[in-house]
Amino acid sequence: MEILEPIAIRIHGRGGQGAVTLAEIVAQAAISEGKYAQAFPSFGPERRGAPVQAYIRIDDDKPIRIRAGVVFPDIVVVLDPGLLNIVDVTSGLKENGILVLNTRQNFDGIDIKLGDKQNLAIIDATSIAREILGAPIVNTTMIGALIKARDVVKVESLLEPLNKRFGRLAEKNINAMKKAYENTLIKERKAIG
Amino acid sequence: MSQRVGIEVSIALAEAVKMANADVIAAYPITPQTHIVEHLAELVADGELDAEYIPVESEHSAMSACMGSSAAGARTFTATAGQGLELMHEALFVASAMRLPVVMSVVNRALSAPISVWGDHSDVMACRDTGWIQIFTENGQEVVDNTLCAFRIAEDNSVLLPIMVHLDGFHLSHVIEPILMPEQRYVDAFLPLNKYPLPLDPAKPVAMGDFAPPSIYTEMKWAQEKNLQKSKDTILKVWEEFNGIFGRQYKPVESYRCDDAKILLLTMGSYSETAMTTIDKMRNKGYKENVGLLRLRLWRPFPHDELREAIKNADVLIVLDRALSFGGLNGPVCMEIKAALYNEAIRPKVVSFVGGLGGRDITVADFEEIITRGIDIARNGSEQEFEMFGVRE
Repeated sequence: MEILEPIAIRIHGRGGQGAVTLAEIVAQAAISEGKYAQAFPSFGPERRGAPVQAYIRIDDDKPIRIRAGVVFPDIVVVLDPGLLNIVDVTSGLKENGILVLNTRQNFDGIDIKLGDKQNLAIIDATSIAREILGAPIVNTTMIGALIKARDVVKVESLLEPLNKRFGRLAEKNINAMKKAYENTLIKERKAIG
Repeated sequence: MSQRVGIEVSIALAEAVKMANADVIAAYPITPQTHIVEHLAELVADGELDAEYIPVESEHSAMSACMGSSAAGARTFTATAGQGLELMHEALFVASAMRLPVVMSVVNRALSAPISVWGDHSDVMACRDTGWIQIFTENGQEVVDNTLCAFRIAEDNSVLLPIMVHLDGFHLSHVIEPILMPEQRYVDAFLPLNKYPLPLDPAKPVAMGDFAPPSIYTEMKWAQEKNLQKSKDTILKVWEEFNGIFGRQYKPVESYRCDDAKILLLTMGSYSETAMTTIDKMRNKGYKENVGLLRLRLWRPFPHDELREAIKNADVLIVLDRALSFGGLNGPVCMEIKAALYNEAIRPKVVSFVGGLGGRDITVADFEEIITRGIDIARNGSEQEFEMFGVRE
């Protein structure tokens, strides 16, 4: 019998953009749903602006017993469109995985090579974050895009961790997340053959 | 009796120290231990933990301050990592020989040079013979549970020894995961007040760590050694009692799917969890040999009897060390295990790997390679005394 592996998510951002916080909040939401989850940074001395990664694993019914970075993600979330030129964000993305991208482009304007069965979700998170938060910090906005792309946790489950983390700024972050959830576009590819 | 929360392991550890109601915390921040002491400083500053927080100027001072407070009968905690542990080195011997029940979290980190903030067990191995009780943990729950157990064991008047609770830097310390945080009243029931038998008291002066001429030094050291060996009885008793209250049982050597296993892998620390997943995968896909995993939880005092019992049916024992013993035969854990088995009439072939240094991941697939390569070495030999897993030459 094959054991179902946990859902593996890799987040690409830059130091200071909150990739680790994104991972933490999603994992806490999953744990509050009674699931098993882990979130962790790509370990190291973080420098503002440098490319960083964070990881999430979620399993519906069994403890997660893997202590290593995500090499073969089901979902890749990219917080900063500028990273596409310098980091191989789709490295190891599973055959039927999905790339969730913060971008101003529409589907036609995105120059990234995906496999035949790999999927793409896009959102202009920077504009939403500027509008609602007044700053281009997109981590909470991108949570909305992530859960629209794949319903790894419920919107309601995210409210408590967001409230706890952001206090009086929580409402704005929740609104940004919800707006991204509504506006994220997804291109699901059909399996060929 | 517990609340299940998604929490960073370092923060959960600090909360456990709060629940243990530590009196004194003296620490110097160092990656990847920082979140633990930051959170404790916050808890003290916010008045949530009624303790003295001493922000010392170095780890040597941290341990020295801890010794003073512990000798005064205060419940004492510190945490460090890597170079910080090595800077304490001299004082570590003093704490154990003076029978001071300090509890220390060691967030395992590689040693310089070159500088690496990432995890391995080099720092632990350099402190192997300091006379401290040493316990390894694999996940956040074990960190919280064993931090609570550590105070209870250390302060038991039949033990009175300092304890290191080891957790892997970053791979464990910085992970958010579900942990059952026990309720305070159950912790209070499990962990009585510290009753140090001869605390420093101006009214009743005592001398500690006195001068010992050749006529007495040997006896002092033998008494210390016997005391550390005997502490295992209390460690087992405390783990048993912990299980009675919280329903989680800890053992010096833990087995995973070993009942019918002729091939055993042995690991320490958080990478053991990845290794468990590998064992599951190999068994589920019907690998031709029955494989199992041993995890060494109690590093000091070394559990010789439990280890011999655990390996008695195995043909092959593959040991993964996350540290080098430079110029030595194998990795340090493997050498110890070979020594423990040498006089056994029947014993497995023992194969030594060193890997996972300076935070390098060992994945589920990597562990399968270690196991299959280990079996090959056991049966066909190798030109090397140990293999450096995954190294580029």
